[in-house]
Amino acid sequence: MKHWWKILAVILVLYTIIFGFLIEVPALPILHESIRNLFYHVTMWFSMIILCGVSWVYSIMFLNTGRTDHDIIASEAANLGIMFGSIGILTGMIWANFTWGAPWVNDPKLNGAAITMLIYLAYFVLRNSMDEEQKRAKVSSVYNIFAFILLIVFLYILPRMTDSLHPGNGGNGTFSDLDIDNTMRTVFYPAIIGWTLIGVWFLNIRVRIKKLSHQRETELINNNI
Amino acid sequence: MNDIIFLIKKEAQLEFRQKYAIGGILLYVISTTFVCYLSFRSIVDIPTWNALYWIIVLFASVNAISKSFAQESQGKLLYLYTLTNPKAIIISKIIYNSGLLAILTLTTTFFYSLFLGNVIGDLKQFIIVAIAGSIGLASLLTLVSAIAAKTNNNVSLMATLSFPIILPLLITIIHASKNAIDDLGWAVNGKYIIVLLALNALITALSYLLFPYLWRD
Repeated sequence: MKHWWKILAVILVLYTIIFGFLIEVPALPILHESIRNLFYHVTMWFSMIILCGVSWVYSIMFLNTGRTDHDIIASEAANLGIMFGSIGILTGMIWANFTWGAPWVNDPKLNGAAITMLIYLAYFVLRNSMDEEQKRAKVSSVYNIFAFILLIVFLYILPRMTDSLHPGNGGNGTFSDLDIDNTMRTVFYPAIIGWTLIGVWFLNIRVRIKKLSHQRETELINNNI
Repeated sequence: MNDIIFLIKKEAQLEFRQKYAIGGILLYVISTTFVCYLSFRSIVDIPTWNALYWIIVLFASVNAISKSFAQESQGKLLYLYTLTNPKAIIISKIIYNSGLLAILTLTTTFFYSLFLGNVIGDLKQFIIVAIAGSIGLASLLTLVSAIAAKTNNNVSLMATLSFPIILPLLITIIHASKNAIDDLGWAVNGKYIIVLLALNALITALSYLLFPYLWRD
C-alpha cells in the first residue's frame, strides 16, 4: 500500500464536497448558508501556504546541497501555490460579493493575497530571465527564501496591528469562538488535510514530469555530442 | 572590520569621482517634487501628502540602488573576490546605501515640505522614521539589486522583484510617518517604530546570510 495517502486524499475531498453541502450549519446573520464556503475557500489558503512553505524549505535545501532535484521541487511547489492561491481568490471573491457586497474590498487579508500572487509571479519572471541552469536555481532560491519570510511578516504579523473584516484580526473574534461549531469542525479539518494531500499529489506528478523532461534533455544533448 | 571600512571608502571615492551619480539622484527627487508641486500646488490632506512623499522616496531609492551591483563589471567582482569575503561586501554596501538614502530622504523632506506645504507635526520623530526607513529600504534594495544584477535585463527586474517584497516594510514606514505627522507622540508611535527597527534587523540579517550564495558563481 504505497499509495494509501492518495486514496485518503480522494476520500477526504469527496467527504468534504458531499458533507460540506449536507451538514447542519449554524444560521448566522449575513453569512447564512454561504458559511459552507469555509470548506472550499479557507482550505485553499491553508494548502497554498503549506505548498509555499514546501517551496521555501526546498530552496534552502538547494542552497545547502546544490542538487537540481531540490530546485525542481521548489519551483513546482511555488507553481501549485499560485494555482491554489488563484482558486482561493476566486472563491473568496464569490463569498465577499455575498457577504460584504463587493468582490474586492480593502482588507489586509485581501491585500496579502494579492501580494502573495505578485511575489510568486515575480519569482517566475526571475526564473525565466536566466538560461543557465545552476545560476537560475541559485538566484531564484535566494529570492524565494527572502520573499517568503517577508510574506509571512506581511500576512501574519502586520495584520495584527490593524483592523480586518476577516475573523481573528484587530478586535474581531476568531472563527472558532464565533461561529464554527463542532459539526463544522468535523468537515473543516479533514478538508484542510484533503486539499493539501491533493496538492502534494499534483506536486508529485509535476516533479516527475519535470525530472523526465530534464533527463530527456540531457540525453539529447549527450547524443548530439 | 577593516575590510568593511575600506570598502565603504572605495564606494565613496567612486561616487566622488563620478559626481553625476549622487547629483543625478538628488536632482531626480527635486524635479519629481517640483512636478508634484505643479500638479497639486499644495497638499492639505495628510494621508495624500504622506503617501506621495513615500512614493517619491521609493522610486528614487530604487533608481539610486539599482546601479549598486550592476556597475561592478565581472572583472572587478572577481578581483574583489580574491581580496575580501562576501559578508564584508554586503555589509559595506548596506551601510553605504543607507547613508545615501538617508541623505536622499532628508533632501526630499526639505524640498517636499518647502514646495507642497509643511504638515509635519513632530519633526524630530518624522526624521527618525525617515532615517530608520531609509536603512530598511537600503538593505532590502541592496540584496534585490544583487539578485537583479545576475540577470540579463536588470533595470526592469529591479522594480518587479522589489515592489512586492518591499510592501511590509513600506506599509510600516507609512503608518509610522503618518503618526509622526499627526503628532501622536511616542506612546502611540513607539510601537510602530519598534516594528520598523525589527523589520530592518530581519532584512539585514537575511541579506547577510543569503548574499554569499549569490556571490559564488
